Amino acid sequence: MRSSFPLRAAASDPGRWRLTGWSVRAAFLMPLALLLAVSDRLDLGPFGDAAAAAPETDSKSGAASPESRKVSFNREIRPLLSDRCFACHGPDSGTREAGLRLDRRDEALGSGVLEPGAPEFSELVSRVEADDEGLVMPPPGHGERLTPDEQTLIRRWIEQGAEYEAHWSFVPPVRVEPPVTTKRSGGNVIDRFIDRGIEEAGVTPAPRADPRTLVRRLAFDLTGLPPDPEIVEAFVADPSDVAYERLVERFLQSPHHGERLAMYWLDLVRYADTLGFHGDQVRSVSPYRDYVIRAFRENKPFDEFTIEQLAGDLLPDATLETKVASTYNRLNRASGEGGVQPKEYLARYAADRVRTTGAVWLGTTFGCAECHDHKFDPYTIKEFYEFAAFFADIKEQGIVKSAVYIEQLPVPTDDQRSRQAELKRAIGDAEREQDADSPRLERLREELKSLEQSIVTTLATTATEPREMRVLPRGNWMDDSGEIVTPNVPAFLPPIEPSAKSLTATSAEAAGEEENGAAVDDPDGAGPRRYDRLDLARWLTRPDHPLVARSFANRLWMLFFGEGLSRSVDDLGSQGEPPTHPGLLDRLACEFVDSGWDVRHLIRLIVRSDAYRRSSDGGPELVAADPANETFARQGRWRLDAEMVRDNALAAGGLLMRELGGPSVKPYQPDGYWSQLNFPKRSYSHDTGPAQYRRGIYTHWQRTFLHPSLLAFDAPAREECAARRTRSNTPLQALVLLNDPSQVEAARVLAQRAVEAGGDSFDERLAFVVREVLARAARPAEATVLRRLAERSREAYEADPNAAERLTSTGLAPPPAPSDIAEVAVWTAVTRAVLNLHETIMRY
Amino acid sequence: MTQDTAMTRELPMTHERPMTRHATATEEATDGERMRRRCFLSSAGLGVGSTALLAMLARATSGSETSGSGLLGGAIARPHHPPRVRRVIHLCMAGGPSHLETFDDKPELRRMHDRPMPESFTAGQQIAQLQGKKLTCFAPQFDFRRYGESGQSICTLFPNLGRVADDLCVIRSMHTDQINHDPAHTLFNTGSSQAGRPSMGSWLLYGLGQECDDLPGYVVLTSVGKGGQAQPIAARQWHSGFLPSRFQGVQFHATGAPVLYLNRPDGVTADQQRELVESVNTLNRDFAETIDDPEIATRIRQYEMAFRMQSSVPELTDLSGESEKTFAAYGTRGGDGTYASNCLLARRLLERGVRFVQLYHRAWDHHGRIKPSMETTAAEVDRATAALIEDLKARGLFDDTLIVWGGEFGRTPMAQGSGRDHHIKGFSMVFSGGAVRGGMSYGGTDELGYNAVENPVHVRDFHATLLHLFGIDHRRFSYRHQGLRFRLTGVEEAHVVRDVLA
Repeated sequence: MRSSFPLRAAASDPGRWRLTGWSVRAAFLMPLALLLAVSDRLDLGPFGDAAAAAPETDSKSGAASPESRKVSFNREIRPLLSDRCFACHGPDSGTREAGLRLDRRDEALGSGVLEPGAPEFSELVSRVEADDEGLVMPPPGHGERLTPDEQTLIRRWIEQGAEYEAHWSFVPPVRVEPPVTTKRSGGNVIDRFIDRGIEEAGVTPAPRADPRTLVRRLAFDLTGLPPDPEIVEAFVADPSDVAYERLVERFLQSPHHGERLAMYWLDLVRYADTLGFHGDQVRSVSPYRDYVIRAFRENKPFDEFTIEQLAGDLLPDATLETKVASTYNRLNRASGEGGVQPKEYLARYAADRVRTTGAVWLGTTFGCAECHDHKFDPYTIKEFYEFAAFFADIKEQGIVKSAVYIEQLPVPTDDQRSRQAELKRAIGDAEREQDADSPRLERLREELKSLEQSIVTTLATTATEPREMRVLPRGNWMDDSGEIVTPNVPAFLPPIEPSAKSLTATSAEAAGEEENGAAVDDPDGAGPRRYDRLDLARWLTRPDHPLVARSFANRLWMLFFGEGLSRSVDDLGSQGEPPTHPGLLDRLACEFVDSGWDVRHLIRLIVRSDAYRRSSDGGPELVAADPANETFARQGRWRLDAEMVRDNALAAGGLLMRELGGPSVKPYQPDGYWSQLNFPKRSYSHDTGPAQYRRGIYTHWQRTFLHPSLLAFDAPAREECAARRTRSNTPLQALVLLNDPSQVEAARVLAQRAVEAGGDSFDERLAFVVREVLARAARPAEATVLRRLAERSREAYEADPNAAERLTSTGLAPPPAPSDIAEVAVWTAVTRAVLNLHETIMRY
Repeated sequence: MTQDTAMTRELPMTHERPMTRHATATEEATDGERMRRRCFLSSAGLGVGSTALLAMLARATSGSETSGSGLLGGAIARPHHPPRVRRVIHLCMAGGPSHLETFDDKPELRRMHDRPMPESFTAGQQIAQLQGKKLTCFAPQFDFRRYGESGQSICTLFPNLGRVADDLCVIRSMHTDQINHDPAHTLFNTGSSQAGRPSMGSWLLYGLGQECDDLPGYVVLTSVGKGGQAQPIAARQWHSGFLPSRFQGVQFHATGAPVLYLNRPDGVTADQQRELVESVNTLNRDFAETIDDPEIATRIRQYEMAFRMQSSVPELTDLSGESEKTFAAYGTRGGDGTYASNCLLARRLLERGVRFVQLYHRAWDHHGRIKPSMETTAAEVDRATAALIEDLKARGLFDDTLIVWGGEFGRTPMAQGSGRDHHIKGFSMVFSGGAVRGGMSYGGTDELGYNAVENPVHVRDFHATLLHLFGIDHRRFSYRHQGLRFRLTGVEEAHVVRDVLA
């Protein structure tokens, strides 16, 4: 819902913008818009370089009247036209009414509904203002009527010449110089953008977070794990900038940093351990998950990361690692249902890949063009299928006949690889020296066989001759009347260029059959060749690509502030939300590309900013003035992600197994949860030993029945790309924290530790527990409540020692010494309470 | 960043209640005013949170009975038109029951038995397991007769449904787009075969809120039949998609804890658990004094609800108060995870104010041996379904409950050996309840039972009708996601089937 402008506020109290509800963005953006000479090619927005270019104007004077203010097409007009008009008068030629197209200036002018400079002669104005139901636009039932303020805006825009601008995210980002701020000099480049906005909004930013909050925030944000209490205490003792930066580096260098970023990436690419349709059978792809973790851990440049996932198999110097990365192309849902029509499902898989790749890298809703031209963004249905054609070379079946795929790629560990080589050598030697069935040879062969069976495999991509790809009219897979297409990228984005590489055999074979323009000259002179996934990946990582770096930077920002600079992290298109700080987003995108797609560089910039270090508690005035925190004058706050809720409890219990990578694991799960699965029927056996205590990211991801403790905390099933998780607050979450054996076991082991090592007195032990879980001291009021809980618990267990024994043997961890059982049971009540606190599962 | 921001970012329609970013906290203040009907509370649930609850009730009784939204707040402040139903039970016959052995007799198909299926019907049509096979007509395997004063034509396998024939509204002209189980269920539940959209139960909870505060507003029960292969059902079917996940369905299990994680840890008594929850809530309340975080209030409320569920759910599943007559009528003593047992449980859920109960009977995928399979499966559902209808009537719940019986698709008029394949072009579905016209049949398939030719009803028409009965205009009920206003009925035209409404 885009609001009108709070002009009254501007007029009555120009020095201080009252920010209320939905008007907030408009409110604090507007005063700048009053002043700024906006670049005519690219609207950099108020916190962009244009702001810096007009420092002499006193932003508080309110000199410019609202009437003379330049209306911003991108921020004010496009959203209106897009939301109310484009569905019938936009990019989709299939549903365009009256031949009128309003998303392009030349066409709008050509059709005569716009008279630049003369709103009274513009039919657009008379139609949106009409009272007659037969004339008014949008027609009743086709969208909301424009409000009087919106009508005024349209009038003023036409008065000022009805200029159009390219959509903000469809033009290459510009390295914007940060604006000058009047108040302070500290902070980094990010702060100069953020502080300028804060100044303009006239709000008081939240103070710096206290050191305990800050270190816990940083630990969860960078590693997904709570900080060790010693680290917290050290930082509390010395919270200097130098110490903070050391802390940042420490967490960035942590192996768990890779896991934390991977959690999010796996949501985007919809990584899961099962097929997702019907029988939802298991497939092995965990090496891909480990590749992602390693890539982030080693700070692999994002362009390489992109290329390896989309085309790791096509690289001239493809390695096992890049082939593993190419599993990305196979992560789509797939079906093994008996009555599946293979042609239908191949079409589904193709569409899924366009939808997902469009969402992951382009940050837009390309998937909407599957059945028709996109209603709001200039993606055509033909371009949808041209994009799908990039993936037409993937060797796959429409119906997955059994859970064991063809051509799984073995991914041995280093040890397995060397042992395999040894065995092969030994077998070769033995075969030459001995007769075929000597017992030793037999043993060697047996060992090799069992070794090879134990090697984890992944569903890597194998290229084959590309399937024919047609435009499917209305997305109908049965309709063969659409034209045949070859790989190409949407026309409104930069063109694809042939990459300088030698051809793979398969794409060379496929070349020459092309009848359509989308082919390039083979550098080897063998004629035109079809674009392939490698070309696509290189196109995505062009330095001037408008969407890829912006989208990733925006999402990264969300991971550290809770909201993107553009709130719609899954849609940077016409219907998405323009960024609150366009200049900053552009700057971050350029920092990203210019640094060689260095993810860690961006993260460092973000977490070292003052903005990141602010308290999330802005006080009632700030919250009232900017409820949605569009100024980022305070930090975000949110409930921990599902995996972190688990990891946090296990870490507190001292149970967490911190090893990286490996096959997916099965934590405790309620009986019967899989009873709806079939083909085959399955029973769930949880892991025993260390595998039981692995981080949530390693949990077996059963798409149709995701582990219920993860599901309860909003982990996505990963059937589709999820660019952001919802964060709900439900009774089921309470039940998980209260009763899930994983949680109870963590609590009782933490109680064991408190009893064994936390000291002798109640206060000492409580201090230990609260420090382990919350990285702070217990408050007196907490001690009172928990002491009473412990006392009541003691009465109960003295009356029923057997109950104490049952409680303290929850889970597989060794139970306490017999002499400690009663005490541990008593303390388990306390630790359960602490692990159930709101604060425990929050990141403030 | 607060919870459910996706939801609070949008205000799709003027008819929806404005929400701040602290949506959940706002509900806290206004819930009571919105309550318009008595909430059934288990006495056992009073304990933790009882003070808050009583306060809520006090507010409720003094509040005005104005709007159609429930106790726990819905996005639609005022219904678009007067609602006719308050709750729905969807008896989902999973696997796809044959319309030709239930509600759609085809004498011409009997006559054509064993003869080739005319190509005029099948050319260019989607086909599932019969791909590339010879297509032969396959007669209805059982007799039909006319039941009730209305003379409703029903297969003789369903004598009990015959008994309530005058309360059944049979739609014989359903059609769908999806020919495989998983996507067909997904379409039926969410209006799209693509994953990630909210199910209809979630839409209803989002729009109308829920009317009880010790049970979830959307409950799913499942049973497995003995007469056919049990097709898997994904949790996606009751997921809230892009709606906040508090609107998703909660599955009740026949074995183990009825609700996942409901049972307290071994070695902890109910009293201890209560004290624990009270302590947690006290500490959270203290914490709320030190920090401005409205989510804490919501968290406290959810712990109260979770604790109440630990009593209300066992009370719900404890059938000791049910009469012998009831057991006899349903043909079960309950607790055995059968369809009949679930029907009885469903009635108890509806009584307690649960808005949407969905009951899957996984039994109807009769690719082969349809004759014995139908006999078995019909016997599993016939008596209990009729008993449920009569029970709801006896308890005064029939008038404002919508009962829906049907599968994700039908089955081919063509033989697949001794059975039938999946069929999407025509199948039957049954409505019952005070809001629909009992004793009527609506629409029809052609003479061979292949295509819905008379008054075809698409799945999205069913959705439009469902929402209509709840007082919601499907065109005006949307949720903004990825820049689009998504509706349960999607972008294609959908029609309320007005002719079947009472």
